Amino acid sequence: MDRKEYDQLAEELKPNGHKISNAFHAFIYGGVIGIIAQGVLEFFMKTYKYSQKEATPLMIITLVFVACLLTGLGIYDNIAKHAGAGTFIPITGFANSMASSALDSKSEGLVLGIGSNMFKLGGTVLTYGIVSSSLLGVIRYVITLFR
Amino acid sequence: MSSHFLGNSVKLDNVYIASSGTTCGPLEFFGPLGSYFDKGYDDYHCGEKSFEKAERKMLREALDICLKREQLKLKDIDLYMGGDLLNQITTVNYLAREIPQPFIGIYGACSSFALSMAISSLLIEAGYVDKIVTLVSSHNATAERQYRYPVEYGVQKKATTTFTATGAVATLLTNQKTSVRVESITLGKVIDYNQNDPNDMGRAMAPAAYDTIITHFKDLKRSFKDYDLVVTGDLSTYGHKILKTMMQQNKIDVVHYDDCGCMLYDVHKQEVFQGGSGCACSALVTMGYLYPLLKEKKYKRILVVATGALLSPMLSAQKETIPCVAHAVSLEVVE
Repeated sequence: MDRKEYDQLAEELKPNGHKISNAFHAFIYGGVIGIIAQGVLEFFMKTYKYSQKEATPLMIITLVFVACLLTGLGIYDNIAKHAGAGTFIPITGFANSMASSALDSKSEGLVLGIGSNMFKLGGTVLTYGIVSSSLLGVIRYVITLFR
Repeated sequence: MSSHFLGNSVKLDNVYIASSGTTCGPLEFFGPLGSYFDKGYDDYHCGEKSFEKAERKMLREALDICLKREQLKLKDIDLYMGGDLLNQITTVNYLAREIPQPFIGIYGACSSFALSMAISSLLIEAGYVDKIVTLVSSHNATAERQYRYPVEYGVQKKATTTFTATGAVATLLTNQKTSVRVESITLGKVIDYNQNDPNDMGRAMAPAAYDTIITHFKDLKRSFKDYDLVVTGDLSTYGHKILKTMMQQNKIDVVHYDDCGCMLYDVHKQEVFQGGSGCACSALVTMGYLYPLLKEKKYKRILVVATGALLSPMLSAQKETIPCVAHAVSLEVVE
């Protein structure tokens, strides 16, 4: 059997990933996180009379804290395996990637373990986040020169 | 010395299994074969500070159980041989510090169990040594950490993923007659069918298992019917299906065939995706479950084909395909 035939055979027998139900779950879980975040935002605005601009970082910090806490308690990954992109895309996913990397490298100590491995997964997001926002900043600056 | 290689296989006359020790993690312990294992842990840390230490503790315990059964001490064994899944095969190498005898570390990924049994059998058959203990282990958390993602990382796994088994197995091989012997072995070739998905090992390894089984049958002029059971190591549900179809397409009658990855867990109830994988998968099923059945003469002769995906995460990131291998060991009841 050559490789092409093998691929054909393997594709035929491949177990079905549940793409549609995965997308549905991601939509629901992601939406629920959005609603919770909005609730937290309103809470800070109403209770402490903060403006929306002031309350937004507080809301983000709360979400990150909760995601890290759930990661530490071993609950987050159990939710994420149902939610998929629903928990992966919001800021909770980024918090989980850092907290789980830190937890994993705890046994190698503070410097060689947690310090150097914490951004192992989240580092990509940071690197390209910073690179693309710098690029966009330059483009925006150039555009304003010609206006 | 009576044996020579017939192709890639050797028939053996003087190699016997004297004892075994098996320890396992929570999912294996609560799985369908849980009651067959000597000791099970209900958490992945096994009371140790790191997962790596936990894996080593399990292996040490398996070794102690194996030797205690025959009332032997570490010093009474001529040679130790073993492997695991971690870089620099650390579990076995670090455990070997506690062993006052020569130690050979081998690496065959998940095929390490059959590979260590095969090499040990050859050394005993040749008359160089009398007693060898083979050691293999794998741990879900240490393997996930090295090959995939952090343990608590929330990610949706692919439907084709397999679950690395947690467990450790020690097997004592000897030239003294016992009730079960290693009847023949076949060493496998490294096969690469251009598969590059590290989350789909069953599909990558099935061609290697196919090649080794066919070679074994051709070398020794046998078929599936000559065995009461043929098991592959960790192809799991998907790979098992592929292998069976490949055999049928080549007009080979497949009977009494199963996969250790499907036997170790309840694939429908336990969250293991396609089934089990890892060095411990084939080792636990063979030495924990099948070996006692051979001793009770429920099976007369079985073939264990342990499969291994020899991948490195670094080379996978460089878009290299996955080399795979399978080694076969035939176990038989001594009349």
